[in-house]
Amino acid sequence: MDFTFDSEQNDLREAVRGLLERAYGDSETRRKVVGNDPGFDEKTWSRLAEMGLLGLPFAEEHGGMGAGPIEVAIVAEEIGRVIAPEPFIEAVVLAGGLIAAVGTDEQKSELLAAIAEGACVPAFAHAEIGTRWSTSASAVTAAQAGEGWTLSGVKEPVPNGARADLLVVSAVVDGGTGLFLVQGDAPGLTRTGYRTHDGSRAANVRFDGTPATRLGDGSPAHPDRTAAIERALSEARIAYSHEAIGAMDTALRITADYLKTRKQFGVTLNRFQALTFRAADMYVSLELARSTALWASMVQEAGGDVVSAADRTRLQSSRAGRHVGKEAIQLHGGIGVTAEYSVGHYTSRLTAIDHLLGDGGFAVARLAEHVGERETVDPLGAPYA
Amino acid sequence: MRLQLSPELQAFREEMRSFFTTQVPQEIRAKVAAHRHVAKEEYVEAQRALNAAGLAVPHWPVEWGGRDWTPLQRHIWREEMQLASVPEPLAFNTSMIGPVIAAFGNQEQKERFLAKTANLDIWWCQGFSEPDAGSDLASLRTTAVRDGDDWVVNGQKTWTTLGQHADWIFCLVRTDPTAEKKQRGISMLVFPMDTPGVTLRPIELIDGGFEVNEVFFEDVRVPGENLIGEENRGWDYAKFLLGNERVGIARVGASKKMLAQAKAYAREITVDGRPLLEDPFMATRIAEVENELVALELTALRVVANSADGKPHPASSVLKLKGSELQQAATELLVDIAGPLSVASFAEEGSDVPDWARVATPHYLNYRKVSIYGGSNEVQRTIIAGTILGL
Repeated sequence: MDFTFDSEQNDLREAVRGLLERAYGDSETRRKVVGNDPGFDEKTWSRLAEMGLLGLPFAEEHGGMGAGPIEVAIVAEEIGRVIAPEPFIEAVVLAGGLIAAVGTDEQKSELLAAIAEGACVPAFAHAEIGTRWSTSASAVTAAQAGEGWTLSGVKEPVPNGARADLLVVSAVVDGGTGLFLVQGDAPGLTRTGYRTHDGSRAANVRFDGTPATRLGDGSPAHPDRTAAIERALSEARIAYSHEAIGAMDTALRITADYLKTRKQFGVTLNRFQALTFRAADMYVSLELARSTALWASMVQEAGGDVVSAADRTRLQSSRAGRHVGKEAIQLHGGIGVTAEYSVGHYTSRLTAIDHLLGDGGFAVARLAEHVGERETVDPLGAPYA
Repeated sequence: MRLQLSPELQAFREEMRSFFTTQVPQEIRAKVAAHRHVAKEEYVEAQRALNAAGLAVPHWPVEWGGRDWTPLQRHIWREEMQLASVPEPLAFNTSMIGPVIAAFGNQEQKERFLAKTANLDIWWCQGFSEPDAGSDLASLRTTAVRDGDDWVVNGQKTWTTLGQHADWIFCLVRTDPTAEKKQRGISMLVFPMDTPGVTLRPIELIDGGFEVNEVFFEDVRVPGENLIGEENRGWDYAKFLLGNERVGIARVGASKKMLAQAKAYAREITVDGRPLLEDPFMATRIAEVENELVALELTALRVVANSADGKPHPASSVLKLKGSELQQAATELLVDIAGPLSVASFAEEGSDVPDWARVATPHYLNYRKVSIYGGSNEVQRTIIAGTILGL
């Protein structure tokens, strides 16, 4: 049992922090970048690729770095620290993770290398209007067309869906849910992008007999991909928890700095216990969430029950993210609600993270279904270690 | 970063678990598990069983019975003890005055007190708080005045836990009322509770129990040799001691045990023919507390694993704050699961209300104390805001 990072991991953190500090150390830069499509900086994306980060979790034989969940966690936390708008988790961890999990060797060699190089930005088109946080598809269906497939239906919101070079799409097939690949320039594909409240981008993605290829081995032995989707979503939930930790860390630091400098009634705000006690409570929420997020990544690395671990960290970081995000604004006062000041953007991003793949209520409901199965939860024992 | 305990630590955990569940009398552990009154003789019997196996004071210097364990081993020792419902070694002895004497006492005092303190041959109580000195402990007013070689003590202490069982008291007294800083004029004296001039008045708590007392001193004559450490340095010893008091105060193992009980009892109670545990709202509430407990346990592990260099991890202040809140949340759950049965607190023979439901509310009311003692949660927030956030 060891909660410390090794020297290579510390070096990785330093390097990522350096790169992202240069890009977004000034929060005005982020504001400008997210003001224009595609909502992130293509140059920063290239630099992330040069550093090897876009292939971080992929096997070396597929052009990746062969790194583990802890390294992914480090990058995600650093992204959160400056709320960098680059879709590392959405493209690399989630969409790339699905390709790595279920793709054929050929698909993995070709696509993961392209993602790692930064040449291909993929997106996972999964969410559908009228459902939420499901592992299966219902609004998009796949039909066999000769050797290939066609997709019909609508996915929305698809994070980064308009910019994506490649869509990984979940669709109804054989009564289950399959995974398909659709090129960004495929005929019969209509994408309507828009800005989301946190400065990211999402899209309505409409398939109308759009040609697609099946991701992975399409034999009848593997007709349904909900288990793979559940696992990929879980791994992305863990990564989002780390992004949230980074964002909360900065939000709390900005807030504490503000309390030390802002004067009212002739004294700085940190003279008011009503305010400092609330900052202390923010710290408590953050540290509990941090411990749980680090643990979930270790569970993933150890090959434990990643779905349950993801629910646990999601619940903790959802509660903490709302607490820290709301209090960060309240302790600032009016300036916290303005777009020209940074702290509110952190709250906005924390709110988006909370809802993209399942919030705390979603996680606790799932945990509640199994609450009677064990007398006590041992985080260092089965089913986690 | 590694999740698993090393094979050595896994074996250590097994060893602890096996000792606690087989070598400490089951009747005593059952009482602790049921939140029933544990008698003085039972505390003594349990601590002596631990001490005989070298498990009462592992955190003391090796010379005086300590084990030179890592912080993680000590954490496992404590968690397993709580999970097995073993009465913990008396904190006043093992976490407070014992370590103070070991660190600041003279050789004669060490030889006179430490072995008996570890074995609970002496039962110590704490004379710190006073009616006008609670969180602001340094404003205490009990005085000790030199008279020849002796000290003469006058004043009053309060919240003296289990003072009714105590053989000796360790007391903070004001020895220099003229000191510029009030912290600087305080000394630590120890003396027997049967010294002439000491009287004790039990305080009944809202659960109907008697744990705490007022202690009055009227011209109590204490030999000069009973001063611990240096005159007017008592505040330093108190801070050292209170730091120890916060160690292990998260009480994750104890809360886990309560949550396991909550699940078991929520199966016994039915709502419209279905076990209460299957009620989505109740299941969600339990799952939420359980998850916070996981987060707290992991934070405790982070803290102990990173404090090997002797300095506490900054997150350690979280443990007392959240640990007490979760202990209270667990007791509240038990009351809510008992529902209307929870009012039958003082039912005796002839009542069909199960024992756990009878004790649920007194326990819940009694546990209001955990966010107050050991530095109230407001004091903890002050520490976090000041020392961690720099506010």
